[in-house]
Amino acid sequence: MYPPRFHYEAPSSIEEALQLLSVYQGEAKVLSGGMSLIPLMKLRFASPGAIIDVNNLPGLDGLWEESGQLRVGALVRNRDIIRSEVVRARYPLMTSVAPQIADPLVRGRSTLVGSLCHCDPQGDWGAVMLAMNGEVVARSVAGERRIRVADFLLGPFQTSLRPDELAVEARVPAPTGQPFGVYHKLERKVGDFATVGVAVFLELSGRSVARAGIGLCGVGPTNVKCVEAEQALVAGGLEDRVVEDVARLAAEAGKPQTDQRGSAEYKRHLVHTFLVRALQTAMGREPIDIRQRRFERVNALV
Amino acid sequence: MEVKQITVTVNGEPRIVEVEPRILCVHMIREILGLTGTHLGCDTTSCGACTVLLDGVPVKSCTLFGVQTDGHELTTVEGLGWPSELHPVQEGFKEEHGLQCGFCTPGMMLTSAALLEDNPDPSEEDIRWAISGNLCRCTGYQNIIKSVQWAAKKMAAERTAATA
Amino acid sequence: MAVDEISVGGLGARVKRVEDDRFIRGKGNYTDDFKLPGMLHMEILRSPYAHARIVSVDTTKAWAIPGVHLVLTGELMAQRNLAWMPTLSYDTQAVLATDKVRFQGQEVAAVVADDPYIAKDACEAIEVVYDPLPAIVNPSQSLAEGAPLIRDDKDGQTDNICYRWEVGDRAMTDRVFERAERVVKLDCFYPRSHPSPIECCGSIADFNPATGKLTIYMTTQAPHIIRTAVALVAELPEHMIRIIAPDIGGGFGNKVPVYPGYVISTLASILVGRPVKWIEDKTGNLISTGFARDMYFHGELAIDHRGKIQGLRIDVDTDNGAFFSDAQPTKFKVGLLHSAFACYDIPYGHLTSQGHYTNKAPGGVAYRCSFRVTEAMFFQERLIAAAAQDIGMDPAEFRRINFVREFPWRTTYGMLLDSGDYDKCLTLALEKLGYPELRRQQAEARKSGRYIGIGISTMTEPLGAGNSREFDIIGIKMFDSAELRVHPSGKAVLKIGSKTQGQGHETTFAQIVTHELGIPSTDILVHHGDTDNTPFGMGTYASRSTPTAGAATSMASRKVRAKARKLAAHLLEVAEDDLDWELGRFYVRDAPQRGATIQECALAAYTNMPDGLEPGLENHAYYDPPNMTWPFAAYLCAVEIDPETGVWEVLKFVAVDDCGVRINPMIVEGQIMGGLAEAFAMSNMQFITFDSSGNCIGANYMDYLLPTAWETPNWELHEVVTPCPHHPIGAKGIGECACVGGPAAFVNAVVDAISHLGVRNIDMPVFSGRVWEAITQQRDVAGYPPLPGH
Repeated sequence: MYPPRFHYEAPSSIEEALQLLSVYQGEAKVLSGGMSLIPLMKLRFASPGAIIDVNNLPGLDGLWEESGQLRVGALVRNRDIIRSEVVRARYPLMTSVAPQIADPLVRGRSTLVGSLCHCDPQGDWGAVMLAMNGEVVARSVAGERRIRVADFLLGPFQTSLRPDELAVEARVPAPTGQPFGVYHKLERKVGDFATVGVAVFLELSGRSVARAGIGLCGVGPTNVKCVEAEQALVAGGLEDRVVEDVARLAAEAGKPQTDQRGSAEYKRHLVHTFLVRALQTAMGREPIDIRQRRFERVNALV
Repeated sequence: MEVKQITVTVNGEPRIVEVEPRILCVHMIREILGLTGTHLGCDTTSCGACTVLLDGVPVKSCTLFGVQTDGHELTTVEGLGWPSELHPVQEGFKEEHGLQCGFCTPGMMLTSAALLEDNPDPSEEDIRWAISGNLCRCTGYQNIIKSVQWAAKKMAAERTAATA
Repeated sequence: MAVDEISVGGLGARVKRVEDDRFIRGKGNYTDDFKLPGMLHMEILRSPYAHARIVSVDTTKAWAIPGVHLVLTGELMAQRNLAWMPTLSYDTQAVLATDKVRFQGQEVAAVVADDPYIAKDACEAIEVVYDPLPAIVNPSQSLAEGAPLIRDDKDGQTDNICYRWEVGDRAMTDRVFERAERVVKLDCFYPRSHPSPIECCGSIADFNPATGKLTIYMTTQAPHIIRTAVALVAELPEHMIRIIAPDIGGGFGNKVPVYPGYVISTLASILVGRPVKWIEDKTGNLISTGFARDMYFHGELAIDHRGKIQGLRIDVDTDNGAFFSDAQPTKFKVGLLHSAFACYDIPYGHLTSQGHYTNKAPGGVAYRCSFRVTEAMFFQERLIAAAAQDIGMDPAEFRRINFVREFPWRTTYGMLLDSGDYDKCLTLALEKLGYPELRRQQAEARKSGRYIGIGISTMTEPLGAGNSREFDIIGIKMFDSAELRVHPSGKAVLKIGSKTQGQGHETTFAQIVTHELGIPSTDILVHHGDTDNTPFGMGTYASRSTPTAGAATSMASRKVRAKARKLAAHLLEVAEDDLDWELGRFYVRDAPQRGATIQECALAAYTNMPDGLEPGLENHAYYDPPNMTWPFAAYLCAVEIDPETGVWEVLKFVAVDDCGVRINPMIVEGQIMGGLAEAFAMSNMQFITFDSSGNCIGANYMDYLLPTAWETPNWELHEVVTPCPHHPIGAKGIGECACVGGPAAFVNAVVDAISHLGVRNIDMPVFSGRVWEAITQQRDVAGYPPLPGH
């Protein structure tokens, strides 16, 4: 419960922050939402020599569309995403996942970008961003680069971010067709990590699938993008005979472990079930999932 | 030992505080500011007994460093009502038996008060959703829902009376 | 003109709680809220291993940290004869480990420093070398060939058994079973659970070297026993020890035992001569303090062709962890487990139980129940449900034909039921649930592959330990007490020996006085928790307060009223026999308009006493309850299961409770709803388990799951009232009934939903993964440790 000592930096400009990162070179951890870092420090699983608090940096809390992308600044909180008109209107997968992350109080501080940088194999945003083919924008004193999320999430708690880099933004492509998205997460209670999480994103035109994204969490050492399943969906379209194939491919894509949340077999089965349900919903059928129905009745502002 | 001086507005009053960076906000509130109404119930950011409002938004003060409140506004349970009267949420909890041991109550009330600012007429599901980050072991939650509904009704009546 | 009982806050009044005024303002005084001058802080270093020899402990680096005042190890404690302490079950428990650690999380060392951050830094700097040993995580491992001896510290201990106990008539029971037309058997497991109030345990020990007085602020539900225990263990004079239990953030039995942290912090305070505060963190609380349950049940019923139960056999293995420190009455090694099946008419029964040492936290405690009664009632209702399923009888009907109907009644295992009406209770519950219609819906639903289930749980349980013939804890009888003093202005102070942790005693016990004397409840201040200022009581747990301290309050009030009668007679210049009493006043029988209110009597006690009568208006009572009280209940639950995921949801939950006369219905309902939420938690998600190395899974709130408002269903409550025949105000205990009877209702409902697939049992917690396994494999699912896959 009592974190170890650290040196505290609170830069007031991005340039200052980048300077500090280049000086500390991995000896410092960035603090944004803090909802993953601070708990680790309290249990003394993380003891960074220094903390660089980026919460005061200007210009990182924007959430807007530009040049065919949705741009999510590093300090955009999950709460902001839930309340965003543009996200609600055009990014249904993000609208679906945001309220299911952790609990309402944690959502007030936690950030999408922070979640990607933390790279927890049970992290919801990782699965979603893989499904949506998102990217991360990283800056350092040397300049800026854009990293596809699929190349960003390397392994448990390991990203391809360099020690002197600050992730400043996440971006997803703006929809061109009819977007569909839903996130199915089995959790034993609010705030538990996902037993499994299944993110499904589609761009439709009629029954034809222009783009498909399927991302999973809770099924192995990192979030998984189900490339084969996505391809099968694009090739076959939203048809009943295709659904079973896609669900099977997605279930096989993950390598879940047996633990207190369930057996590996159960988790694979859940992936399969949630894929089928997501695609059924995309085809316009009534959701049969009890949790989903109840969740849709809530006016979730947090 | 590194100590930082911060200025934080606590329950409407600006306070200058000297605090070591690693001190959690909840400890700063309880030990340095001397406000013990905010409680500590767990070590994994799970229970919400430490909930305070940071610039009006309910947050878990155990998962925030005290230094992070520099330049911000903190509201604790001691600042929920006014010296002369209780906030309708506080009244509602008493009227509807929304507390037993009282330990989760400050956090539960602050989350509820914030909910009613955003959503003055929440459904039962909305309330259950909004307080799902605050654990209670005593009440079984049903009376907490009723307490919040009581407060919502009172606040609606007060708004009607004010505009009349 | 009696005062109206409801409007002055007597029995039956929904009086708003007086304790709320401080809690809603954030002005409660919990143990961690106190700051004493010069106070230091203590943190405990805990073992990462479940079973290991301690090779060495090096505290040099810890001592070197600025701000550290004291570092204590098992060796230093041993020099003062404090490395071990007696438990409430006549075993011994390590305070700080010396030779071995015997469970993960066991206390190994402690640091006292200027603040807890520094104390924690210093704990991390202590270097302990361990030599790991194989760990035992369930009773069958404890008995296996070649199993390590856990309690090699005890002379003469040659195995891992810590007690054996039996009750009943083995010979007759065996005969009944030999002749039985039908025998139904069930094996099930009640997983290890933990009361887990939100507030953790803690204390501030303040030894004053100048006066020799030791004051300890402590999260304890039983301050007086603690005082006596501290006097014994620390060899300090009892009158120089003061235990103050301030506001407590939930107890549920977790805050009854004496924990090593209390003992270490007390010694630390004596050594440094300053107050020492120890507040554990949630991990410490979950991994080391009084757990509950962890029992393996084998049960059998002998049933005749009519469905009437003729015999009952129960064998229970209990997992007691590393030290047998159950907090329970001396005579009953497994508490009141033999209250199982009390509400059923079963001529013969036999019960055996044995306790096992394992490498887990010691205990257990009566977690929101009366000493093992939750286990008893859970096993009871699971076996009843299995029997009804096996013989193909409707489960409500099966219960009905087997209920006890005549009172008083001696139960199968020898307890005395004094009253009850189980049939009335069940009938009301079935009606409120809409049972016949739900059964129809269930049948319809099955045709389209939907699974709806109905679970029933009925029980009566003994609350209010207990009579001095049978009950004592470390030799102290389980009475309770009250002291009432009325001031000249007619206001009163009531001091009680019990100690609320949220049950509202400050409000309800005042209401008892109001009932007896007519003084408005708002004119009565209730004081509790401070051993210097309250009469000796055995504390609040096992729903005993209303039955014991509540009765004492009533008796003390009646003694006060008897003296007030003398004062009234004096004021009215009549003989005592000429007076009658109505609520709030004495009046002259033949001239009722002439009277003296209780307030007038009170004033007279100080200003106008009759000759020969001592001034003052006060009295006390110590109450030895003649018997337990027997509340009873019926809990009915309807669920629907999602066949593809195993997720289940509660469609409806009806609870019908009889707790006799209800002092404050609002508070009673609150207690029931809280108990139901804990029952739901246990059935659905809450448990502590272990992997094969003895690592505890469930030592923090990410693994030990408590439901939020989102998962918790709504509760529909109803009542039946059968006053307790022996309690002064006809009340019974109630705080725990729903937690006791509730879990079986949920589990029975889930099993009922898929019984047509051949499923008979799923061990708690009934996770969606287990339900799915039962559905797809069409078999029972067990749940004892070690965790699969680990």
